[in-house]
This record gives sequence, structure tokens and C-alpha cells, in this order.
Amino acid sequence: MAANLSSIGAPYDAARVRRDFPILATHVNGHPLVYLDSAASSQQPLPVLRAVEDYARQSHANVHRGVHALSQAATAAFEGARERVRRFINARSTREIVFVRGTTEAINLVAQAYARPRFGPGDEILISALEHHANIVPWQMVCQQSGCTLKVAPINRRGELVYEEFERLLGARTRLVAVAQVSNALGTVLPVARIVADAHARGAVVLIDGAQAVPHARVDARALGADFYAFSGHKMYAPTGIGVLYAREELLGSMPPWQGGGDMIRTVSFEQSTWNDLPWRFEAGTPNISGAVGLAAAMDYLESLGIEAVAAHESRLLALATAALARVPGVTLVGTAAHKASVLSFTLAGVHAHDLGTILDAEGVAVRTGHHCAMPVMTFFGIPATARASFGCYNTEEDVARFIAAVGKAREVFG
Amino acid sequence: MDLKDLYRDVILDHNRQPRNFGPIEADGAEVQHAEGHNPLCGDRLTVYVRLNGERVEDVRFVGSGCAISTASASLMTEAVKGKDRAAVARLFDRVHTLLTHADAEPDAQLGKLAALSGVREFPARVKCATLSWHTLNAALERGAATVSTE
Repeated sequence: MAANLSSIGAPYDAARVRRDFPILATHVNGHPLVYLDSAASSQQPLPVLRAVEDYARQSHANVHRGVHALSQAATAAFEGARERVRRFINARSTREIVFVRGTTEAINLVAQAYARPRFGPGDEILISALEHHANIVPWQMVCQQSGCTLKVAPINRRGELVYEEFERLLGARTRLVAVAQVSNALGTVLPVARIVADAHARGAVVLIDGAQAVPHARVDARALGADFYAFSGHKMYAPTGIGVLYAREELLGSMPPWQGGGDMIRTVSFEQSTWNDLPWRFEAGTPNISGAVGLAAAMDYLESLGIEAVAAHESRLLALATAALARVPGVTLVGTAAHKASVLSFTLAGVHAHDLGTILDAEGVAVRTGHHCAMPVMTFFGIPATARASFGCYNTEEDVARFIAAVGKAREVFG
Repeated sequence: MDLKDLYRDVILDHNRQPRNFGPIEADGAEVQHAEGHNPLCGDRLTVYVRLNGERVEDVRFVGSGCAISTASASLMTEAVKGKDRAAVARLFDRVHTLLTHADAEPDAQLGKLAALSGVREFPARVKCATLSWHTLNAALERGAATVSTE
């Protein structure tokens, strides 16, 4: 892999990394693609594409089911991927690694299998005002089902969690705290270590939505001490449809299954069924085997670049883009937290975000526009939508320059 | 794909200065209204109509949205004011065809609405242009709940 070289002391070579991603060579509307939507879904490098193809060409069969050679190869690839994930987030055991479709499914699993059976009236779930819908709606459903209450810790105008308010809301009734490590809409980095420590001190368990964090920061599940940690493959250079729920073994072992079917059972009779061991108890049905293989390859790839090197590179781009964008007349940055990662949300006076998105697209620049599945954040800032540029390991200073020029073009079009 | 085709001067003008913007005050005469919502981009608008028999006596709108949805709503109010319901329905069909058929030629009866023909080159934006029309239909049918493009 060409990009291996970049982690050996040499400066980070984004142009070289970019060449590992075939899709970035495409042209959009007559312009070379500038992809600034990695926070929605990142692109996949050659080693991931190859791993998925090799698996399909050489090893595919169903897992955990056959004695034949391919079934064993597929099982080895799938369980090997689980061990890769364990190492990537430094979990104690692969029994703590559940493969899911993505962060959304991971949170729903915890909501339905952990929270719903044990919470009732008087119990509280505490989230932040920054959360993605995936870390709001599953808890609202649990509240409707079990009678518990959802509490929301506010943010300030910079888009930072108001920690004193969070602490005030974290009380004896709080059973579970669920927060993002990095806000998808604003890029705010939350103080998750402090949140975990304070929540544990009050007897609450903690779920961290790590979807926006894993591609930008080394996550050490053991050191962080979170009870649940959820993330998706497709935001960290792996395919869609694969994600991970990390859950402390003690908690996972105490949870009833949430979906029934093949693979999650040990024995089935019409009178009664018994459950499989961890983690398979939570993986009913044939899993996304090739997705897991792709995820493992993406973790190899990201570590070959060096996550710290990638994060430092993205921080440079974010700082560069933030400074340049702030100089464009009419631009308002939305989300100006002291500690941010990779996300630049903004509005342009007189130009709706949707129009901005169309004009940028015409210039070959892909950004996300809309509410970013965080409608309450938009409501807080009193805006219907923002445009959001987000940076990945493959973005370059030239991408930033093209992006700023395209925003200038939008001002021109709208005169 | 040319931006000038989408953001024609007529569109930009009606976005900057939307016509018939603001509610119709209920002054004894019955005013019907409906709300439209495009969850994808957060566009929201309310269309008010005052009918005299079958005739659209007055039509106005309020709301916030992108240039395409605002301009389309503004152009719509100008186009349907004074028409009877059947003529409004025929006009909506013409606009819909214009927005969704690649080879549809704008006919003379569309007037300024022909400026919307560029939208069809941008499939993600067609809903922006049709939101106000769907909302007008709901208002004409009276008592309809919020219209959504999704």
C-alpha cells in the first residue's frame, strides 16, 4: 500500500493518500471532484475494495454453519474481523464486539435490550442538545414504552455542551447518559472522559455515539471506560451496512436478546429456546460478512496512515478552511466550539443552504446541506439548514481552495 | 448543466422580492390555507386562498425556503390569481409536465412560469418547485393537513 510510507516520519502526503481512493479521480459536472462530505459517508480506499472483492471471489459462504472449506474460510474472515475491531478500540474481549448495521442499529439495540426492560417511571435518560436523531429517537421510543423520562443538557451559542447544566441534570434518577463524542452537525468534540467519570460517579451507565469520532481519533474503549460505544464503518472508509456496538461484557451478558433468529440461539424447540454465547446472542440472522471484512481492512488502512497523523492533517485543513470562509462576506459559521473535529457548518446570507449545495455541486464540490439529522440543533440556532463541509484523510489544501472559490461563485450567482 | 438555466433572472428576482408575500387577513370572507413542508431541506410555507365561488380571488403565501421554492411560490401566486379552479388545475398539470418531462416545451400559457424549466436538469430540486403547488391544492381542498414532499 503506497500510503504506508506516509507514517514513517515523512510529512503527511494527502495527495498520495488521495490516489488510494479511485472514486476521487471522477469528474462531477465537468470539474474534478472535491469531496467534502465524509461526515455523511466517507469513500473507500483500494485495500478495502480489494479485501471485499477477494472475500467474495475466494472465501464467501455462510458463517458458523458449515463444515465445508468455504464456510470455515468465511467464519475465519468474519471472526478475524471481530478480533481486528477489538484491537482497534482496545476492548478486553471479542465477546464485547457486536456487529450491527451501523451506529443507529447499535443505539437501538441498547435502547431496546438494555434500557427498555429495566427503566420505568421516575428513571431518566440524559442526552445532549447536540445529538443526531439516531441518539434521540431510540430513547424517545424507550420513554414511551417504559415510562421513563428524556432529559436534554443544553448547548451554548458556540455549540458546546454547557457542562454545569449537564452536571445539574445528572442526578440520582439518571440511569443512562447517551452523548456523541463528536457532533455531526457542528463538529464539536465533547468531553467524553469527564462525562463517563461523572456519570459513573452517580451510578449511570454511559453510551457514546462514536460515529464521527472513530475516523479522527484513537478510541481506547478500556481507557475511556464507556459502557457502550457505537460506530459505523462507512464513516471510517469501510463499506455501508456494517457497524459496531462495543458493550462491556458484564452488561451485555445481562441483556436479553433483541432480535430472534438463526445464529443467536443454542437450541430451539417449540416450547423454549436457549441463547447463544456473547456476542452472537445479539447477531440474529446471516450477518454482513463482507462488510466486516471491509471494516477490518479499513482499520488496517487507517492505522497504516496513522490516526494521529490523519487527525493532525484534518485539523490543519479545518483551520485553513475556517479562516478562509470567515473572510467571505455574508458567511456565518455555525458551531465555533474551542475543540472541534473535521466539520465546518455555515450559512451564507441571502443564499439558502439548498441553493448553496446546488451551486457548489455545479462546481464539482460535494458538501452536505440540510439539517444533518439534527433538527434540534438547527432549531437552537434558529436556522432551517446549514451547508456543511467535512474533511477526511484524502482532502487537500487544493480542495479547501476550490471549496472557498465555489462559495464565492454562489455569492456571484445570487448577486 | 448550467447554473444560469436554474437561477434565471426571473427566479432570482422573485426570490429576492417575493410577490404576494404575507397572509391574507380574514376580513369576514372565508380564507382557506394549508401548510407545505419539505423535510429534506426544511422548506416550509403556508398558502392562503380566498375563493369567490370557483374563482381564486386572492392568493398569498408566507414561509421560508430556498430560491427555487420561494420563486416558484411567488410566480404561482401571480399566475393563479383570478383564475377558476379548473384553470388552476390545468396550469398545475402544465407546470408539472414542464418540471418532469425532459422534452416538454414551455407553451405560451405558462407565461413567466416557463422560467422554471431549468429545474428539471436538477432532479434533486424538482420538489422545491412543486411544493407551493401541492400546498395550493391542499388549501383549495380546504381543511387538508400539512403537505409533505416526502
